[in-house]
Amino acid sequence: MSPATLIIILLALSSLAYYVGRRRAVTVGGDKIQIKQLHSRPTYYGALTAIGCGIPTLLIFGFWLAVDSNVITQLVVADLPENIRNLPDARLNLIVNDIRNLVSGNIVSGEVDPAMQAAADHYRSLKTTSNAALAVVSISMAMLAIVFVRGKIKPGLRARNLVERVIKYLLIACSILAIFTTIGIVLSVLYEAILFFRVVPVTEFLFGLKWSPQMAIRSDQVGSSGAFGAVPVFLGTALISGIAMVVAVPIGLMSAIYLSEYANKTFRAAAKPLIEILAGIPTVVYGFFAALTVAPFIRDTGSILGLSVSSESALAAGLVMGVMIIPFVSSLSDDFINAVPQALRDGAYSLGATQSETIKQVILPAALPGIVGGVLLAVSRAIGETMIVVMAAGLAANLTVNPLKTVTTVTVQIVTLLVGDQEFDSPKTLAAFALGLLLFIVTLILNVIALYVVRKYREQYE
Amino acid sequence: MNNSETGSSKPDKKTRRSLDIVNQGLARRYRAERRFRYYGLSAIVASLLFLSLLFISIFANGYSAFMQTFVRLNVFFDPEVLQQESLASANYQGLVKSSLRKMFSDVKGRGDTRKLYGLVSSGASFRLRDMVLQKPDVIGKTLEIWVPADDDVDMLFKGHFDRNAAEGERRLNDKQLAWIDQLSADGRIEKKFNQTFFTAGDSREPELAGIRGAVVGSFLTLLITLLLSFPIGVAAAVYLEEFAPKNRWTDLIEVNINNLAAVPSIVFGLLGLAVFLNFFGLPRSAPLVGGLVLTLMTLPTIIIAGRSALTSVPPSIREAALGVGASKMQMVAHHVLPLAMPGMLTGTIIGMARALGETAPLLMIGMVAFIVDIPGGFTDPSTALPVQIFLWADSPERAFVEKTSAAIMVLLAFLIVMNAAAVILRKRFERRW
Repeated sequence: MSPATLIIILLALSSLAYYVGRRRAVTVGGDKIQIKQLHSRPTYYGALTAIGCGIPTLLIFGFWLAVDSNVITQLVVADLPENIRNLPDARLNLIVNDIRNLVSGNIVSGEVDPAMQAAADHYRSLKTTSNAALAVVSISMAMLAIVFVRGKIKPGLRARNLVERVIKYLLIACSILAIFTTIGIVLSVLYEAILFFRVVPVTEFLFGLKWSPQMAIRSDQVGSSGAFGAVPVFLGTALISGIAMVVAVPIGLMSAIYLSEYANKTFRAAAKPLIEILAGIPTVVYGFFAALTVAPFIRDTGSILGLSVSSESALAAGLVMGVMIIPFVSSLSDDFINAVPQALRDGAYSLGATQSETIKQVILPAALPGIVGGVLLAVSRAIGETMIVVMAAGLAANLTVNPLKTVTTVTVQIVTLLVGDQEFDSPKTLAAFALGLLLFIVTLILNVIALYVVRKYREQYE
Repeated sequence: MNNSETGSSKPDKKTRRSLDIVNQGLARRYRAERRFRYYGLSAIVASLLFLSLLFISIFANGYSAFMQTFVRLNVFFDPEVLQQESLASANYQGLVKSSLRKMFSDVKGRGDTRKLYGLVSSGASFRLRDMVLQKPDVIGKTLEIWVPADDDVDMLFKGHFDRNAAEGERRLNDKQLAWIDQLSADGRIEKKFNQTFFTAGDSREPELAGIRGAVVGSFLTLLITLLLSFPIGVAAAVYLEEFAPKNRWTDLIEVNINNLAAVPSIVFGLLGLAVFLNFFGLPRSAPLVGGLVLTLMTLPTIIIAGRSALTSVPPSIREAALGVGASKMQMVAHHVLPLAMPGMLTGTIIGMARALGETAPLLMIGMVAFIVDIPGGFTDPSTALPVQIFLWADSPERAFVEKTSAAIMVLLAFLIVMNAAAVILRKRFERRW
């Protein structure tokens, strides 16, 4: 029985449990008058039965599926001939993969020898046994649960309280998922990064000036010495994000000021959503636009002016990224400018200040903490932005701050190192995780500071 | 004010009234005022200009992809080539070639004939095969069939191709241009609606490439995302807003959620790669894994939107429900949640729209492969629409530029529909108390 069918059967059993529990409650409660003796309404008894039937069996089901493939692999490996079992881990993994491919009918990397065929058959039979066992265990478990809970149903059973408590625990579990996600990110990135730092010292990674992430297969081949100094990558990220902020902060801030202080209602109602559209466009579209339209335009303009501009210049990527961030800066600043109390404006006007003087000398200073927080969030977004730079910025890790040259960024390197086939023990792949760790830490710090500032600011005028 | 005096203690000096000082600087200040106002307006105009530039550029590049150049051939379904037992693997390419040879009987020499065959897409033979397999009675007849032209011919007809360039710099040589002109004079070349674009999977040949596989992949991925992130997001929002006590734990959860909303999406891709692929051993390139990763990514958005929807439900509703004897859970489930639902759905749709446009995490989990087949299930290898755009944007052929732009137009259309749905939902059901 396939897991998909099984889960449908289990769900059906759960709904059956609901009706069984409800019927039982009505029966126990007796006729229409006596039903008042029930502690809870009959539906709660039904729900209790359904929960009692569903949750344990689904837990078993999930656990079984999570471990069964590993257990089966262990069993199959244990039964492999001696000479195969003694191979190094990497080769053994390859063979296990081949066996799995044989089972699922995919193409296999090497010749199929009888031992492997036998192993595949063994795997298949174990899989069938496991599925059958799972079906038997979970269905009988569900049945037992129904009978058990049904037997427990009495007028005095506090079904509603029980059901509500279970639902509350489910709600808690859902909200804790956020913490687990963070822990998962930290652990997964940290683990691989530590493996990387065993090969390449942290100091070399953080302060090295040369980035050329490859490891030689043979020691005598050209370019065999991989260099993992990430400074050029950091500098490139900073350069592109810097250009983006130079574009986004003035434009975003000025449009927020205009929209909240000068524009009349109709203009605001039309312009604000239009600017917000910029935030809704997928980044891959920006990347395509940057690579197809903006970069050639900048290159051609540069050659007219007699400058040599790379066709993957940092300027093109930064410019387009800046446009992407405009609505982000503008909508946050808009919020904060609107939060400045009207009394401050009125005070400034009554002293004879013009509107722009009020804005520059009263409103902006008052809104500054919030705006700084918003800008920090925008910086963190610029650093983590991937698709625009992957498509419009280059791969060459040049140590330069010239915006007309090609630079590379952290995210570009992560993508190039990890897309395609990877082996999980080479420093090349692990370097991507080290970069990822750094990216996570930097954006985390920026976010925490920014969120703290924004929160403090919001409280100030509330 | 007019009569007020400054420096009245020194009457010997020429009296200057403060109004004079103000008036002196007034013109300059008004100029500054106008300038400032003008900066603001030009900032808005600049962003809107860029927006329209983006749309115009995509549209101008992409609209032509919805039409495709076809060539009409007189194909003789030769019974000698189409043997009954090997219909599926017969030499359909040969049929196409012989019909081309018949039309241009004066073309001789290996190089020239190969150039001649190059005018018609390699997909022509598949079309013939499908015809024969569907209706075997065409064998032995001569039929007029429209087959897709090669992408170079297509580009020529769409004007993306300079026929006056030096012969060595063109993808079509002089002879080929002459043949094309002759075909076109005979009315054998025509632009028709490009059905392939919506019904085919990916292909190395631009004229055969379509977005169906990517759209289905995106749909499956989003389905997983929706099924997981909506219930979990609503549950988390309800707990945090209605049940959670104010203590360090809930503060930690809150900080976590706010922070996760701002974590770069590629980091979620790294998480998916390390946890779902390497640790749990789920299949690469599968919509299932893509959906899981996007779920983690969109959850914070949905939770934050859900919480603000819950806070907008007035306390009086809660008190009334509790007052007539509802338990807290009943109060939430029967009264607060239904009232907050439109806001939550709006947030979910916006989160889904973001997930639909997301590319970077999907690259990490291998949804970036060249996949021709249209995925049929959650564990089949597939790509997603934005990833397909990324892949095509990297292809060197000129014809893929218009395909990319057209795929972007489709993606933007989906996003517009989703966002419009969110806006309508908000306008229609949002209640203000």
